[in-house]
Amino acid sequence: MTTAAATRWKRPPLIRNPWLRWGLYLGGIVYLIAALSTLDVNWQRVLAGLSQGWRFVEGFFSPDFVTRSADIWKGMEESLTMTLTSTIVGCLISIPIGLGAARNIAPLPVYAVCRAIIAVSRAFQEIIVAILFVAMFGFGPFAGFLTLSFATIGFMAKLLAEDIEDIDEAQAEAIRATGANWWQVINFGIQPQVMPRLIGLSLYRLDINFRESAVIGIVGAGGIGATLNTAMSRYEYETAGAILIMIIVIVLIAEYVSSHLRKWVQ
Amino acid sequence: MLRVSDLSKHYKTGDEALRGVSFEVPAGQVVALIGPSGSGKSTLIRCINRLVKPTSGRVELNGTDITRLGRGGLRRARRHMGMIFQEYALVERLTVMENVLSGRLGYVSFWRSFFRRFPRRDVDKAFALLERVGLSDQVDKRASALSGGQRQRVGIARALEQDPELLLVDEPTASLDPKTARQIMRLITEVCRERDLPAIISLHDVPLAKMFADRIIGLRAGEIVFDGAPKALTDAKLTDIYGEEDWTQIHDGEDAEQAGAHGLSEAHAKEERMAGLK
Repeated sequence: MTTAAATRWKRPPLIRNPWLRWGLYLGGIVYLIAALSTLDVNWQRVLAGLSQGWRFVEGFFSPDFVTRSADIWKGMEESLTMTLTSTIVGCLISIPIGLGAARNIAPLPVYAVCRAIIAVSRAFQEIIVAILFVAMFGFGPFAGFLTLSFATIGFMAKLLAEDIEDIDEAQAEAIRATGANWWQVINFGIQPQVMPRLIGLSLYRLDINFRESAVIGIVGAGGIGATLNTAMSRYEYETAGAILIMIIVIVLIAEYVSSHLRKWVQ
Repeated sequence: MLRVSDLSKHYKTGDEALRGVSFEVPAGQVVALIGPSGSGKSTLIRCINRLVKPTSGRVELNGTDITRLGRGGLRRARRHMGMIFQEYALVERLTVMENVLSGRLGYVSFWRSFFRRFPRRDVDKAFALLERVGLSDQVDKRASALSGGQRQRVGIARALEQDPELLLVDEPTASLDPKTARQIMRLITEVCRERDLPAIISLHDVPLAKMFADRIIGLRAGEIVFDGAPKALTDAKLTDIYGEEDWTQIHDGEDAEQAGAHGLSEAHAKEERMAGLK
């Protein structure tokens, strides 16, 4: 015998027990209020800072490209060189590591080593790595180049490995069934499937590396970030504004060009 | 000649996909493999070229025991077994020609294949095969630009490009409409006759099997329950294979219901993938 069809329906809640459910909601709200109340905001300092901030915004609207033009150009050149070289070197190194970190094509020991390399590369934020490399190799763009290459490896290898793990296995299996060796399976069965994304990611990483090059310059790794840092500490907000505008323009161009290139490789 | 003796496959999940399967296929014979989903058809086909490693038993192709080969020996043995897949398994982003030439990978060095500089006679053969399957005008198209029937023709050309001594065919028609399915089955059986090439073709469609095969092997739960000529496949035998059902429709030449079955179950395929790559 079946029971009469139910006429009312409500989505079953994630947490069944109503006491636990409402208790969690209430606890969350209480914690949020308690946490906010511990923030100690010095409103006097905020008011003083606002005028400082306003000067910065003014500098942004009256940018000065001329006074420090030599520094700006040198910084830009360094940053762009750093970006391009580190992206190329990082992507090239990340390919074998990405292959090794894909569980469906690499044996366990290789997989473990490659995943460890990725984890180390991703665990440290660029600034921390940059501080280390500046300490090891001195101020300047070489430390920046190493930092960005290092960060690129973790980023690209991880995403490449995940893309390889997501491929259509049937295509690779068909190539294996012809008697192809491991390299040929990679070249014929896997590479065509991951290539568009690999190119797209490299372009995206180029973009990220340029933005990062502006940040790591602040800790001494050369490039436009160093120039920006100098301008700020001299309170030359007009020059700083000019540099920021140039960064925005270059990021915009990179964005535009890379989206077109990506469409084209698809 | 292919000889399979006492072949068994137990998956780690505990499923016994094959239990002591034995049969022989002489040169030029086209064998259809039928049976319900999960009866072990795909596993049997994949055990023959060891895409799935059998648990016990022997598979001998022209005197070589495939089950005992090392890595290099297995690769050399696979060159002699052309395989055609259910959902074509073409490399979608490669051209038709590259897909056909990939049948030669076992014979050329990595660098030659990397730069796509295949020997002249391989390329000539590929052109001839594409002409044979009726795709001479699609040579440089990407595989993804073709229709289902055309893709399966490329799959056939790829398998034949290997100069195989045996064709392994896994549900070649499962993703095709009835007319294209017949054309593809006709093409496969024709090329087998032309080359005196033995083939094992797993099929869901019993009328199609009866129409094109020289011999039918019926599997149920990993065991052979029928092995004989298409004519000998009576209602009683079909009931043995598939269980109780009204079979009169089949003999009127109507299509059996095409189940959308996939070759290996997801879990099993995954297990083999992991094992196959180490």
